[in-house]
Amino acid sequence: MYEGCFIVAGGNFDKAGEVSGSIKTILKQMRLPVDVIRKVALVTYESEINIVSYARKGMIRLHVVTGSIMIEAIDEGPGIPDIELAMQPGYSTASPRVREMGFGAGMGLCNIRSFSDTFKISSEVGRGTYLKMIIKTIADPLDN
Amino acid sequence: MNLYEIKELLEAEVIVGEDKLDMEVKTAFMADLMSDVLAFATAGSLLITGLANAQVLRTADVMDISAVIMGRGKMPSPEAVQLARELNIPVLTTKFILFEVAGRLYLKGVKGCIEKVGSK
Repeated sequence: MYEGCFIVAGGNFDKAGEVSGSIKTILKQMRLPVDVIRKVALVTYESEINIVSYARKGMIRLHVVTGSIMIEAIDEGPGIPDIELAMQPGYSTASPRVREMGFGAGMGLCNIRSFSDTFKISSEVGRGTYLKMIIKTIADPLDN
Repeated sequence: MNLYEIKELLEAEVIVGEDKLDMEVKTAFMADLMSDVLAFATAGSLLITGLANAQVLRTADVMDISAVIMGRGKMPSPEAVQLARELNIPVLTTKFILFEVAGRLYLKGVKGCIEKVGSK
């Protein structure tokens, strides 16, 4: 239905959030449910903030198919030595600059996980980090 | 409450959104931590914050926040103002500290967008 790839520049704090904004606009034009759009915008935004905050460069890929949206956030950066630790709420290695923006409190990955229906993370130290998030666009009758 | 009433109540300056002051607001979320806004704010709520950078507006947009109130005398950065205009999100500034902002709004019937975490 839709496939797109968006480049995110590491360290460019002024632009942080532009990709999420573009993705949100695209999904609105596709007339997807509002709560789905919010979830996608949220996980994309947190991923974008992570790339800007830590990586040299990265990209966010968006795949929209019937029933679900897959978002991949792929970066070239320092990687995460201990993923389990990084996933803990409150754990952060953010710079003061990131904290001034209102981020870097160690909630990003937790938020991404809790707003995704499926969440996968892998990382290689010195190479980069890969996130994959799937958000369902059609409610599962077994949920709720 | 509508934004005009909020503006009067908080002796606020409307930086962006003079044309949207008839907007009704029922709930609010207050934080300086944007990750917490992302985790807990609900669509249509007011965002009360002491931050004044462009990320506040990005976050507000992601969460479908109705309007932003910047407290304790914070003035939005030029980038934040420009983004607020682009995204069509009203921004008000007030000299009241955040506790006062929240208290005054609460007394007028504005409630938290959630009461406790985990109750969403």
